[in-house]
Amino acid sequence: MNYRITHRTKYVYSEPVAVSHHAARLRPRDTDTQRCTEFGLSFDPEPDLTTEHTDSFGNQVSCFSIQKLHARFEVVSRSSVSLSSVLQPDPAQTPAWEDVAALFRDPVAVDLLDPCQFVFRSPLLVHEMPQREFALPSFKKGRPVLAAVADLSRRIHREFVFDPRATTISTPLSEVLANKRGVCQDFAHLAIASLRAMGLPARYVSGYLRTRPPPGKARLVGVDASHAWVSCFVPGFGWVDFDPTNDCFTSLDHITVALGRDFSDVSPVRGIITGGGKHSVIVGVDVEPVE
Amino acid sequence: MKGHYDELRDDSAKVRAHYEALVADLKKRDAAGVKRLSDTARRLLAERGVSFNVYNAKGGMDTPWMMDPVPFVISAKEWEGIEKALIQRATLLNAVLVDSYGPQQLIKRGDLPAALVLAQPAYLRPCHGIPVPGEKPLQVYGADIARSPDGQWWVIADRTQIPTGAGYALENRLITSRLLPEVFRDARVRRLAGFFRQMQQSLAALAPRRVEEPRVVLLTPGPYNETYFEQAYLARYLGYTLVEGEDLTVRDDRVYLKTLSGLEPVDVILRRVDDDFCDPLELRNDSMLGVPGLVRAVRAGNVALANALGSGLAEAPAMMAFLPGLCRKLLNEDLLMPSVATWWCGQETPMREVEQRISSLVFKSAFRVRGREVHFGGNLSATEHAALLERMRFAPHRWAAQEKITFSTAPTWEDGKLVHKPVSVRVYLVATPDGYMVMPGALTRVASSLDSPLVSMQKGGSSKDTWVLSDGPVENVTLLSATRTPVELRRVGHNLGSRVANHLFWLGRYAERAESTARLLRSTLLRCSPESGMSETPLLLPLLEALRSLGIIEQVPSATLLAAQQEQIEARLLQAIFDADHPSSIRSNVAHIQRIGVLLRDRISVDTWRVISQLSDALDAADNSASVTPMSDALNVLTRIILELASFHGLAKENMTRAQGWMFLDMGHRIERTVYISELLLAGLRSADAENPSLLEAILEVGDSTITYRNRYSLLPQLAAVYDLLMLDELNPRGLRFQFQRIEGHFRHLPREQNSALLTPAMRVLIENSTRLQLCDPTELARVEPGQWSASQVAKLLQQLIDAMPALSDAMSAGYFAHSTISSSGDVAPADPAPPR
Repeated sequence: MNYRITHRTKYVYSEPVAVSHHAARLRPRDTDTQRCTEFGLSFDPEPDLTTEHTDSFGNQVSCFSIQKLHARFEVVSRSSVSLSSVLQPDPAQTPAWEDVAALFRDPVAVDLLDPCQFVFRSPLLVHEMPQREFALPSFKKGRPVLAAVADLSRRIHREFVFDPRATTISTPLSEVLANKRGVCQDFAHLAIASLRAMGLPARYVSGYLRTRPPPGKARLVGVDASHAWVSCFVPGFGWVDFDPTNDCFTSLDHITVALGRDFSDVSPVRGIITGGGKHSVIVGVDVEPVE
Repeated sequence: MKGHYDELRDDSAKVRAHYEALVADLKKRDAAGVKRLSDTARRLLAERGVSFNVYNAKGGMDTPWMMDPVPFVISAKEWEGIEKALIQRATLLNAVLVDSYGPQQLIKRGDLPAALVLAQPAYLRPCHGIPVPGEKPLQVYGADIARSPDGQWWVIADRTQIPTGAGYALENRLITSRLLPEVFRDARVRRLAGFFRQMQQSLAALAPRRVEEPRVVLLTPGPYNETYFEQAYLARYLGYTLVEGEDLTVRDDRVYLKTLSGLEPVDVILRRVDDDFCDPLELRNDSMLGVPGLVRAVRAGNVALANALGSGLAEAPAMMAFLPGLCRKLLNEDLLMPSVATWWCGQETPMREVEQRISSLVFKSAFRVRGREVHFGGNLSATEHAALLERMRFAPHRWAAQEKITFSTAPTWEDGKLVHKPVSVRVYLVATPDGYMVMPGALTRVASSLDSPLVSMQKGGSSKDTWVLSDGPVENVTLLSATRTPVELRRVGHNLGSRVANHLFWLGRYAERAESTARLLRSTLLRCSPESGMSETPLLLPLLEALRSLGIIEQVPSATLLAAQQEQIEARLLQAIFDADHPSSIRSNVAHIQRIGVLLRDRISVDTWRVISQLSDALDAADNSASVTPMSDALNVLTRIILELASFHGLAKENMTRAQGWMFLDMGHRIERTVYISELLLAGLRSADAENPSLLEAILEVGDSTITYRNRYSLLPQLAAVYDLLMLDELNPRGLRFQFQRIEGHFRHLPREQNSALLTPAMRVLIENSTRLQLCDPTELARVEPGQWSASQVAKLLQQLIDAMPALSDAMSAGYFAHSTISSSGDVAPADPAPPR
């Protein structure tokens, strides 16, 4: 499956900005089942300085600074991605979740150090006992880890209402848990915190989701959005991605951009400005399937 | 003292040799003599404004720094052991940092549990893999040590991120060396200056640019930080610019300081801002204390930080449990000084052990976190005990348990006698090209009571100077002769930061405002004193009018009601002095002066600071004396305030070089004085009695020009002559013309005025008004048709001058003080269109 993706982020400021610095994680990652064949950023106005580096999670980071007065700024990323089918382990055949958790208690084997860093608290996710309580019904004794994860995903999907007005980027998880409402970021965070509360590693994945138009309708351009889901670790197999917002394991519809412990590690575009008064951000994403 | 190691006496109750000289010196004084020491210490600290948590929400100086006059003494031999052990420890912790931010061999080989790096909030992932100059992320290190009953020293805490307190140690030393000069000299106490000189050299050597004098700045979180005093003090002592995040900017991956003449490169940052707050772009983005883009500049190798970002990793309490093993692995040595016995609960065996002996241990976060909690196992009820265990079992890796140490006691002066108090000692080290150097002295902290489990300055503890004795003669070092090559002579210091210029400008304005208000109030009070019985009504009214137009009192009664309302008027005048809620009162102005004084801590001299404290002392003293003659008290207060402000101006004039800083202070001063004299003349001379010599006397008195007038004219004052003196005379420092000439003179020296081909807006205002004054004829000015005051030439002119001042002030702000704050332009949450459900 091949896609052409356009991701447009536009800032408009009420007063001119003297300096702005941005860090963007927009380049789709290369994974076992995904190749980013083309990637480019374009800017308006052109930044005075751009640099690239890879962060500690392996994400490509583009940093750009504009050092002259500007009242708006736009960055557009265009990428071409090619996906192949994901081989999914049979959930019933995966190890019991307790055995997986045991692997991440000290001492941790050297080949598990990478997943190990995703078992702890992270800046936005202080997994605490309420999340464990929420998770517990899915983690029955001896249940295979992926079966437990599938159950957790199903429960989030069933018990929570998708409501973009219910939360903002800084809504804490406790509130999401109490109101049972949120967006994909909240559901991903909830799933991650639940897994970690059980002693299991979990990663936050930022990316795109192909949207399918209703039958008989044409695909609308630019109405897509960035998406977020979760990656859990299955020993002997590796990371398995699932999407609690849509209650599914990911497939040819999910395009991975960046990985981290939570949203704060992978924010697609983050900016700090000097001056500028009030500002607004407009984001447009288009995920176009190509043959 | 049973159960504690006694620092003063040995087991046979004999004074230990290294304390003998001090004890002999103290014995020479009677109780009153020692009390005097203690009082003098307190007075010196207050005068120097030494404080901890300087500024609280109420706007006052909150906690004065507490220092016990009896120093803590350590013998040369003992110190040698401490020194060796702490150098080893600094080397070890540095090696742990280098590995954790590099190859991570320690966790890969299992020498250190993975969680001790990967689970730590202090492990800053964006900093992983960034090379650190000289592989020394740990430039400055602080170790808290204490002595157990058997005489053994233990490390109770490591400070690898921001070791605070060295400045307080220096301040304590300054005071004890003054209190006990003879014994200080004779006992061969080692000096501290050499340590700070090394620190200057080490930090300068970090500079990535090869320049003669690299620019080092001290980055402070600002005046609300609890150790702001110390930061300002150290910055001044070390000769570094004290900056807040918004004073710096990153361009082209380089850090610059915003100054009046533009951006100046910064080479090294001595950091007092927590590392995760240092860059909202790549670290915590909810903080605006830092400098956006700083991590990039560090990554590009264009700026060095001390300590390096992320160095807080090594100070985790849990780390202590692994130091003996790490020391053997990394340095091939045994750890010389043990850490307080520590269990990391993330491992099964230690966890089981601490569960068994919960009541004898202290429980805390395994990692250093903000708002840390500490539980004393012995103090827990059964329910609390169970709750703690449940929390620990939920996330055992986040917990550490430590043994309690019974600290040794040292002689301390309290309530009129020497008592024994538990102490812990913070020792400081700095990196050098050949390893670490220990400060031969320390900050000794005294617990408030014998059973207090914590030594904390926040919880009512005190501090002591620490005397490390020398076997040989003591080296004398001063900080100023730091380099052997002769310094290049320069007449101008580093360019002034725009934030500092702004503060100085406002300091000048508030000081002048306070002084003018005090003068006007004093002259008014003198004329409504009971003995004058309001008989001088014609004189009083113009003064009250001037007070009203300056916004100092609200309304002025008509002439006929004046006598009847004497009491209300007096009450209003008193409010204008003492009322903190009155925005133009003397007290409010003094509060502003103090607030700005705090912000300029590193710029103003100790003497100036003393004057600033005297101002509020004068007001407070009057509050406290419940006097029967409030008016005469008020007059005394006003006179004292006027005198203190005269010394403030005097100190500024005498002690500040005529560089940019002084120019901004003086411009604030002059702008305010222009407004004040103009308002005084405008309100005071509109009266039909304007020609009355007594009124003119009063105006001259308020304008502090009586003597000048008498020197020139041996006649009763006349209107034209008064106008000439207070408006047109360019030689009278209280006259308007003089103010304009001074401001204009300053402006011509400012960088942007020099670079600009056309007149700047501020310069235009200045020249226009100065010329107006110059073209005036005093006899013309004095000619006012009765009832036509507002239309008169003099009234129009004065009004124009008053209106010009805000325009001038705004033009200065736009040209020199503009520095916008930073903000996050926001992360965008992923939010899909609702999926089909």
